[in-house]
Amino acid sequence: MSSFVLQRFFSFFATLAVTSVVVFGVLEWLPGNAAQVILGETATPESLVAMEEKLGLNQPAFSRYVEWVGGLLQGQSGMSISYETPTAVLMMERMHVTLPLAIMAMSITILMALCLGVYAASKQNSKGDIGVMTLSQLGLALPNFWLAILLILLFAVHLQWVSAGGFPGWSEEDGGGLWAGTAALILPAIALAAVQTAILTRVTRSAVIESMSEDYVRTARAKGLSKQQVLWRHVLRNAMIPVVTVMGLQFGNLITSAIVIENVFVLPGIGRLIFQAIANRDLIVVRDVVMLLSAMVILINFFIDLLYAWIDPRLKTGTPAV
Amino acid sequence: MSTPQTFQRMTQRALKHHSFAVGAAIVLLLVISAAVSLFWSPYPVGDIDIPNKLAGPSAQHWFGTDSLGRDIASLLLVGSQNSLLVGFIAVGIGLGLGVPLGLLASAQRGWVEEVVMRAADFTFAFPALLSAILLTAIYGPGLVVSITAIGIFNIPVFARITRGAANAVWSRDFTLAARAAGKTKWTITWEHVLPNVASVLIVQATVQFAIAILAEAALSYLGLGTQPPNPSWGRMLNEAQSQMFQAPMLAVYPGVAIALAVLGLNLMGDGLRDLLDPRLSRTR
Amino acid sequence: MTPSNTTPLLSVRNLRVGLQTSHGQLEALRGVDFEMQRGDTLGLIGESGCGKSLTALAIMGLLPERATVSGSIALNGTDLTQLSDEALCTLRGTRMAMIFQEPMTALNPLHPIWKQIAEPLQLHQGMDLVSAKARALELLERVQLPRARERLDNYPHQLSGGQRQRVMISIALACQPDILIADEPTTALDVTVQKEVLALIRQLVAEDGMGLLLISHDLGLMRDQVERVMVMYGGAVVESAPTKALFGMRAHPYSQGLFAARPQLGLKRGTRLQTIAGNVPEIFNWPQGCAFADRCAYVQDNCRQALPQLELVPGTHDGIDENVADKSRRVNAHWVRCPEWQKLEASA
Repeated sequence: MSSFVLQRFFSFFATLAVTSVVVFGVLEWLPGNAAQVILGETATPESLVAMEEKLGLNQPAFSRYVEWVGGLLQGQSGMSISYETPTAVLMMERMHVTLPLAIMAMSITILMALCLGVYAASKQNSKGDIGVMTLSQLGLALPNFWLAILLILLFAVHLQWVSAGGFPGWSEEDGGGLWAGTAALILPAIALAAVQTAILTRVTRSAVIESMSEDYVRTARAKGLSKQQVLWRHVLRNAMIPVVTVMGLQFGNLITSAIVIENVFVLPGIGRLIFQAIANRDLIVVRDVVMLLSAMVILINFFIDLLYAWIDPRLKTGTPAV
Repeated sequence: MSTPQTFQRMTQRALKHHSFAVGAAIVLLLVISAAVSLFWSPYPVGDIDIPNKLAGPSAQHWFGTDSLGRDIASLLLVGSQNSLLVGFIAVGIGLGLGVPLGLLASAQRGWVEEVVMRAADFTFAFPALLSAILLTAIYGPGLVVSITAIGIFNIPVFARITRGAANAVWSRDFTLAARAAGKTKWTITWEHVLPNVASVLIVQATVQFAIAILAEAALSYLGLGTQPPNPSWGRMLNEAQSQMFQAPMLAVYPGVAIALAVLGLNLMGDGLRDLLDPRLSRTR
Repeated sequence: MTPSNTTPLLSVRNLRVGLQTSHGQLEALRGVDFEMQRGDTLGLIGESGCGKSLTALAIMGLLPERATVSGSIALNGTDLTQLSDEALCTLRGTRMAMIFQEPMTALNPLHPIWKQIAEPLQLHQGMDLVSAKARALELLERVQLPRARERLDNYPHQLSGGQRQRVMISIALACQPDILIADEPTTALDVTVQKEVLALIRQLVAEDGMGLLLISHDLGLMRDQVERVMVMYGGAVVESAPTKALFGMRAHPYSQGLFAARPQLGLKRGTRLQTIAGNVPEIFNWPQGCAFADRCAYVQDNCRQALPQLELVPGTHDGIDENVADKSRRVNAHWVRCPEWQKLEASA
């Protein structure tokens, strides 16, 4: 394994560790202690004491932290206050909705943005390019939850092709099924994808344009390659570097936007879970979900870094030999 | 060339630039709406008029009424105050704290820069909306908390941008000359670095303004932002969603307002980017 | 040099290039004429902005989209200006090749160098990967890249500037072109490496009998590398002569200034270096007539009104009586674009 990959691996673990400390720390640093926040102002002193016992607040913070992390690494987690189930179980359940949603949205984004971006860059300043840029400006300006509502208005209220919300489940016994489940996720995925597509299209376009003005393009043309050949063999791979960076960032955005979108469509995903947990002041769930989401973002960034090494040999080989 | 002349030339150039002209016009409209609404709106926003609820557009109510009979036009108008306020304060926090941090990091280099940049990078790893939701959960929903939360996430953005742009200025020879002449880092930062990074910051500020409006709208939609009776475009959308089958247009107007405001700011930002830093402008 | 009865390798006639800029339509090349036979080595010298790179790009058909070209560029008799881009693609890399100034950025950082050399071979000669890689090795050995076999899989960033330029040369020569255009090939290299690379180019060009068009701003380079030199200024050729003749006598005020400005050994301490007064005008400020008018000590009114014609310095042609149209074919001819040249003191 090259030093680059090792470095990234180490960085990944370090970030994960620091994140866990911060997540834990933020919830320690509350106005009043955790028990007060959970039970609210109307709590009786007895219930407060009981809650403190339950949360183990009489133990020092450090040992609680170790217990928590230790539990996570072993696949066990704390119990949710409001649901009386381990948070891990809750989260896994909800991921059955959020993960497919995120994947669908990301796939739409990547597919559309790469096509539109490359097209716009290769036909720079033409009507097609201007059209794509205008569309992307509009896409950037739309609040994604508004787009979601508009989509519901059109496809559910007006055309009545899909229902206005809810998730039937993946298995047919629950009244759902693969097709029904996917149908329920299409509108949400589109709503999520719209803004991200607009952003990624612009990034792709400028990355390709930038690549096209590089000197090695001139060399390739001097060799006798046609413009199309130059685009595919030389420009695109170089342009992918900044594009992949943005894709990584977008995944994080996507996850958080899912919080809002799941609320619009009333989907039982992670986003809705955390939202309900906050409303119920279930700090245990909140803490664990934040940790999970942050870990996912950090993991994605790690994979993006590995992807760089694959695309750009300058990173793999380290210092250049002369 | 004298200053009034350069200013005139600049405005002429600005007005010819399509992106900027359209964007600035929209933003101006927004500002005027907010200003006007401070003194007047067709109806007081608190006025509930149940018998007239969910009415369609008419001469009395240009955009109709909502589920409580409130005049949509007034709600939209006064809601613009909210959006502008959020934008200003959030960007203000970002500029006020982020820019000095960035300038510090760039001037000091070394471990100071490392620490500031790592901290900024780290904050990026935390999904911003999520953290804003968390904060509102802990400290209670409301305008103040949501603006603060959004504002806090502007700090690393501006810190990074400032540091990047400042580094470029520091690497130019004239700063070396200034140092050789005995000027301190702080003087140079104030006299030379800051004016040169100003254009990048202005552009970024319009971008962040737009992002702040979107973020606040999302938080208000979730019920965590501006609380009733203060009007908020985001919350209007939430209320409209439950009336989707009876009065679908209610869900359209506030969204158009938000989209329009963001579009105007984005266009203005794009235009400013071209106008203020011509070396960066795309080939036309 | 062969007498001019066979089809010339390259024949450029009245080449004009217009560029669309934010200041309007500008004429960047104002009527360039020259000719080359196989085996000729021609140098093109001038300052930045005079149009020498533009001439090279025009020949290769690699001008920016918004450029307009008029005149003719005949390669082996075929007028390149009339060809479509697809047709030009079959000629680029095969019959005509070009190497550029910045070897750092001229190679794709993501492809190993053997792949970049193999590309024209695969493209134009339909070679398969294995043969192409083998041929790439041969080419690298020919350009004297040390440890070529190990270097095949290297990426550009693992090579030095001089090594990269050798790779560029091997790419250019892969399909054995008829003409090599070298646009400031050594400007970005260390001085010690410059000599080696230039010697390499000279050797390879002689071995293959190719034509060489060498572009540079460096006078010293021209002396050793090419048999004929053209001096460009303001989008036009202002003087054209065999190298020896030019180094003996300059007829154009600009060329005189160029040569006089060279720092020389043996000057007395305190002697001021000579410069040409004034600045090179920006392309959008080029006057109607001679572009050098504002800096010229001998300028007359008619110089400014229209671009002067090329005149032949008497006694420099080979004596064969040919008609006007064939003037530029006389290889020993010394041409100058200045109506006042006779009034200049010919300086050695």
